[in-house]
Amino acid sequence: MSQAKKPLPLWADIILIPIINILMALTVAGIIIYLIGENPFEAMKIMIYGAFGYDEAIGYTLYYATNFIFTGLAVAIAFHAALFNIGGEGQAYIGGLGVAILLLALDQYLPFWVLLPLAILASMIFGALWAAIPAYLQAYRGSHIVITTIMFNFIAANLMVYLLVNVFIVPGSMIPESRTFADNAWLPFMHEMFGWVGINISSSPLNLSFAIAIIVSILIWIFIWHTRWGYAIRAVGFSESAAHYAGISNKKIIMMTMLISGALAGMTGINEIMGVQHKLLLDFVAGYGFTGIAVALMGRNHPVGIILASILFGALYQGGAELTFDMPNISREMVTAIQGLIILFSGALAYMSRPWLEKLFGLFGSINKKIEVG
Amino acid sequence: MADSSIAINLRGISKSFGAVQANKNVNFSVPKGTIHGIVGENGAGKSTLMSILYGFYEADSGEIYIDGKETQIHNSTDAINAGIGMVHQHFMLVDNFTALENIMLGAESGMVLAKSISHAEIELEKLESEFGLWVDLHAQTEALPVGQQQRIEILKALYRGAKILILDEPTGVLTPQEADQLFSILRSLKNRGTTVIIITHKLREIIDLTDNVSVMRQGEIVANLKTLDTNQEELAELMVGRKIRMDLNKKPSDPKEVLLTVKDLSFTDNQDIQRLDSISFNVHAGEIVGIAGISGNGQSELLEILSGMRHCTEGQIIINNKEISPTDETDAQKVRQYSVGHVPEDRLKRGLISAFMTNESSILGYHKHSKFNNIILTNPSAIKKHCLHLMESFDVRPKDPSLKSANFSGGNQQKLILAREMDPKPKVLLVGQPTRGVDIGAIEFIHKHIIDMRDNGSAVLLVSGELDELISLADRILVMFEGKIVGEIEASIADEKTLGLMMANAHTQESTIEQAI
Amino acid sequence: MEEILTITLSTLAATIRVSTPLILAAMAGIFSERSGVIDISLEGKLLAGAFIAASTAAVTGSPWLALAAAIAATMSLSMLHGFATITHKGNQVVSGVAINIIVSGLTVVLGIAWFHRAGQTPALQNDARFMPIEMPGVELLSNIPILGDVYAKLISGHNILVYMAFLSVFVTYWILFKTRFGLRLRAVGENPSAVDTAGISVAFLRYRAVLIGGILTGIGGTYISIAQNASFIRDMSAGQGYIALAAMIFGKWKPVPAMFACFLFGFLDAISIRLQGVFLPLIGEVPVQLIQATPYILTVVLLAGFAGKAIAPKAIGVPYVKER
Repeated sequence: MSQAKKPLPLWADIILIPIINILMALTVAGIIIYLIGENPFEAMKIMIYGAFGYDEAIGYTLYYATNFIFTGLAVAIAFHAALFNIGGEGQAYIGGLGVAILLLALDQYLPFWVLLPLAILASMIFGALWAAIPAYLQAYRGSHIVITTIMFNFIAANLMVYLLVNVFIVPGSMIPESRTFADNAWLPFMHEMFGWVGINISSSPLNLSFAIAIIVSILIWIFIWHTRWGYAIRAVGFSESAAHYAGISNKKIIMMTMLISGALAGMTGINEIMGVQHKLLLDFVAGYGFTGIAVALMGRNHPVGIILASILFGALYQGGAELTFDMPNISREMVTAIQGLIILFSGALAYMSRPWLEKLFGLFGSINKKIEVG
Repeated sequence: MADSSIAINLRGISKSFGAVQANKNVNFSVPKGTIHGIVGENGAGKSTLMSILYGFYEADSGEIYIDGKETQIHNSTDAINAGIGMVHQHFMLVDNFTALENIMLGAESGMVLAKSISHAEIELEKLESEFGLWVDLHAQTEALPVGQQQRIEILKALYRGAKILILDEPTGVLTPQEADQLFSILRSLKNRGTTVIIITHKLREIIDLTDNVSVMRQGEIVANLKTLDTNQEELAELMVGRKIRMDLNKKPSDPKEVLLTVKDLSFTDNQDIQRLDSISFNVHAGEIVGIAGISGNGQSELLEILSGMRHCTEGQIIINNKEISPTDETDAQKVRQYSVGHVPEDRLKRGLISAFMTNESSILGYHKHSKFNNIILTNPSAIKKHCLHLMESFDVRPKDPSLKSANFSGGNQQKLILAREMDPKPKVLLVGQPTRGVDIGAIEFIHKHIIDMRDNGSAVLLVSGELDELISLADRILVMFEGKIVGEIEASIADEKTLGLMMANAHTQESTIEQAI
Repeated sequence: MEEILTITLSTLAATIRVSTPLILAAMAGIFSERSGVIDISLEGKLLAGAFIAASTAAVTGSPWLALAAAIAATMSLSMLHGFATITHKGNQVVSGVAINIIVSGLTVVLGIAWFHRAGQTPALQNDARFMPIEMPGVELLSNIPILGDVYAKLISGHNILVYMAFLSVFVTYWILFKTRFGLRLRAVGENPSAVDTAGISVAFLRYRAVLIGGILTGIGGTYISIAQNASFIRDMSAGQGYIALAAMIFGKWKPVPAMFACFLFGFLDAISIRLQGVFLPLIGEVPVQLIQATPYILTVVLLAGFAGKAIAPKAIGVPYVKER
C-alpha cells in the first residue's frame, strides 16, 4: 500500500508534465472538432499556417501574445506570493483608461518620446490602483481576494461604460469612443519600424509594445529571482511561517505584490490603446485578463514559460481566426474553449498524470536495476 | 488466545511515514474496565498509535484484537462499530453547531432531524446524569469553555455506544480544576465498565488516574508497568531515555555582563489563554541558560517573543542594552539587528524554506543584509560564497548550494540553520530543540559549536526537551511549568531524576526538590 | 395613483423575472460552498444550461425534455468540477474559471456547428417554451382594487420555473437545516475532519452537494433561454452567475437572506432600465452603470467587514487531506 515513491526527475516535472497537460487539452479539443464533423489534424494544420505561415500572420500572433505576456506576468507574480489575482481583466481595462486620459490630455503638447514613458507610467499606476483596494482588503480586512477582484472586474466594466458614454464620447457621436489621439501619441507599428531600416513586411497590429513586453518580462524575471523583494515574495508564497520567522511582513508583501500585478495588467493598455486602437473604446480587453491565467499556469509562472505560452495563445487566437475562414463550421470561439481546457488540465488537474508517471519512472528504475544486477 | 477480559490487544503494530518510522513493533494490552496510560515525549508515536486504533491511519503491519477478536480497522466507521470512541487533542467539533448537533453528527436516527433531535435529547439526558457529564446541549459549541467542549467529545463517543474511550492529551487545554472534573468523569466511566486509554505527558496524571501505564519512546514501547509499582521519577527517566551522556570537555562558565534581561514578561494569546506568567531572568555573556519543561508549558512562546516574532502582553525585554516593551512595533528582522541569532524549534516550518535552493535558505532572515545585496540586485556570488562558507564551517553535506533545502537530511538542515544563525557571532543566541531528529554524530558536533559560542562571549538561551542535553550543555537550568518559571538549578548538580520531578510536578513539590538537591 | 400602482407592479414583476435565475444559481452556490467547495463556475453552468435547453427545445419542441437535457449538462459540469477539486484536490477557483471559459467558448462553437446562425439557436415557438401560467381566481379577484392587480400581475402570470425557483429556496432551507444530509453538509464545510472522524465520507458528501448545485443551475439556465427568452444568444448569462455569487455572499450563505439579496439585485437591474435618463429630484440623473455596479460594490463593502460580517464556511477552498 505505502510503497516508497521516488520523486520525479526535474525535467519530467518542468517539461514533461506541462507537455502532457497541453496534449490532453488539445486531445479533448480535437475530439470536439471531430464531433463537429471536421478533421482535427486538418484544423491544426490550418491553424499553424494561419498563425505562422506568412509574415502578416506572425505579426498578428505576436500582437496577441503581447497582451498575454502582460496579463500572464500579472497573474504569475501574484501566484508567487500565493495570491490569485483574477482581476487582470479589470486592471487592464483601467490601465487603458490611464493611458487614454494621459494621451488625450497631452497629445497636443508633448512629443512621442516624452509621451511614451508617461503613458507607460499612467497604465501602471491606474492598473495598480485598481488592484490596491482588493489587496488592502485581503491584507488588512481578510476579504477573499478572488471574490473582490472578480467584483472589481464588473465595477471596472460599468465604470468604463459610464465614462465612455458620458465623458469621453465625442460630442454629437453615437459611438461610445473617445476621439482618436494625435499621431505623435501612436506607438510605431513593427512594419513601420522595419520600414525605417529598409525591410518591408506586411502591416499588422504588432507594434513597439511587443518589445516593451519582452523587456518587462526580463525585468520581472530579475525582480523575482534576483532582488531581495522578489525573495521576500517567494518566501511568503512558499511558507508564510518561515517568512514570519525571517521578519517578512505578510501584509506588506500582499500589498506590494498586488500593486505590481495590477501595474503589469494595466500595461495591456499600452499595446491596445496606444499601440493599436489609438483611442479609448469599450471592451478592448476582450478576455485577455482571463487568458493571462491560462498563460501563467501553462508557463509555470516563469517569464520564459509565459512568453512561450503567450505565443502559443497568440497563435491560437490568430490561427483560430484563420480557421473560421476555411472551416466555417468552426468558429473562433473554439480558441476560447481550448483556453479553458488548458486552464483545466494545466491548472486544476495539473498533477493528474503525476502518479502514473511516478509509477512509470519507478518501473524504469527497477528495470534498470535488474539490468545492472543481471 | 481469545481472552474477552482484554478490551484491546495490539500485536506488532508498525507504521512509517516516508522515512520516519512512527511506530515500531508495538505490543500492549488493556484489560476491560481499567484506565490505561500511555506516556512519552512529543514525537514518541503515541498519537499515531491511537490514530491507527481509530482508523485514521492504517498500520503497515500488525494485528488489533478487540474483546479478544481480531478486528480490521480501515476507517473511523470500523472503529466506531468496534465500540471505540476517541477524544482528539484538537477537538473534532463544528464550531457553529450546537452541542447536540455535534453529538448527533454521523449518528442521527433518521433522514429528518426533528426525530433525531428528540431521540438524542432523551438519550443524552440519561448519559449526562449517569456520568455527571453536564453540558448545555443547545448552546453554540464555540461559545462553550474548552472543558465543556471536551465533554461534548466524550458524549459523542458514548452516544455511539463506545466501550473503549481514547483520550489524546486531554488536559493540555484544561485548567487544573477542569482536569480534576475530567478525571472524576473518567473514574465513573471506569466504574461502569468502560475501558479508558489516556495519552499524556503529564506524569502526575498517570499516577493519579491510571491502573497501568505504557511508556513510549521513539516509536517503541519501552515499558509496560502497573501504576502502583512505579513512580514519577522512573517514568520520567524511561520517557527521556537516551543515556548517551557525551563528554564535551566543557570548561566551567565565566559569566560576564548581562546581555539578555527578561522582566515580568507575560503573554496572553488571541484565544485569551495566558501562556506566560510574569517571567523574569537574566542571561550573561559567556553562559548557557537552559529552559527545561514538558512541551506546551510556554517555552515556545518565550522563544517567539524574545526573537521578535510575537509581542508580549506585559513586561520588558532588554537585549544587548536595547529595550523592548509590549508597545514596540518590532519584528524578527529588527530584533536580529540587536545582534540576536535564533534557531527555531520547528526546522521545516520556520528554519528554512524547503522549496528554496539552499543558498536562498542560507540567507533567510538576512536577505536584506548589505553583504548580499547591491543597490537593487542581489549578489548571487556573495550569497553562494556565504552558503559555501556556512556549509564548510558546519560540515553540511552535500556541499551543493543549488540543491533544494528539502533534499538535505534533518541533521544537515539543522547544521545549516545553526551555521546561519551563529555565523554573524550574535551577542544573544536563542536556540530551540537544536538536536531534535538529528543523528548522533551531528548532535555532538552541534553541542560543541554551541559551547564555542558561549566561550566566545555570547549569551545563549537553550530550550530543549532532551534532559541530558540540557544537563550537559547548560550552566544553569530554569524549569518552566504552566507559563511560569518554577525552579532554577545549577546544571552541575542537576540530574534527570531531579529535573524530571521539577518538570512533572513542580508547583507542589518544591520541598522535595530542595531535599533532592 | 393608478399609474403609480401600474408602474410599481410592473417593476416588481420585472424584479421577480430577473431574480429567478439569480435565486436558482445562488441556491446552487449555497449547496456547493456550504460543503466547502468554492463555485465560481455558476456563471458557466447557467450558460451551459441555457444553451443545451434552447438547443434541445429547438430540436424536440419539448420544454421538459429541454429542462432534463440542461440539467444533465450542468450536472456533468459539476462532476467535472468535483473530479478536479474533490478527487484530484485541484484548486477550486482555477477549476471554476476553466469551466466558465470552456462553456463560453463551446456554446458558441457548438451553436454555430449545429444551427449555423452565428451562435444563436433558432427562435422557439411558444409550445417549446415555458409560458406564463394564469393562476386560478384571477378573474374572481380582478374586481377587488389593488389586491386583484397584485394577484394578477405579481403572483400569477409567471412560468413554472419561477415558482420552482421560489420553491427551491424553501427546499434548500429545509434540506440544509432540517435534514440529516443538511447537517452533515454544513459540517463538512466547516470542519471536514469532524465529519471524517464521525465515519462519514467527505468526498461523497461534497460530490452530492456539488451535483445538487448542477441541478439548480440547470433549471436556472433553462429559464434564461427558453422561458425568459425564446432562443439562446451567445454569452447570454451575462454575469448573472457572478451576481448570484455576490447575492449568496451578501445573504451570508443562508437561503432566505440570499433570496432577498437576489431580489435586491434584481430590483436594481429592473429599475436601472427605468431610470435611464430620468432626473430624480435632489439627486439629479443617476448613472445607470452605478446602479448596475451596486451589487458588486455592496458585496465588496460587506466582505470588507464595513457593514456586518460575511463569514464564509470555515473549510471553504481547502481540499480535504487527512493531516498527519
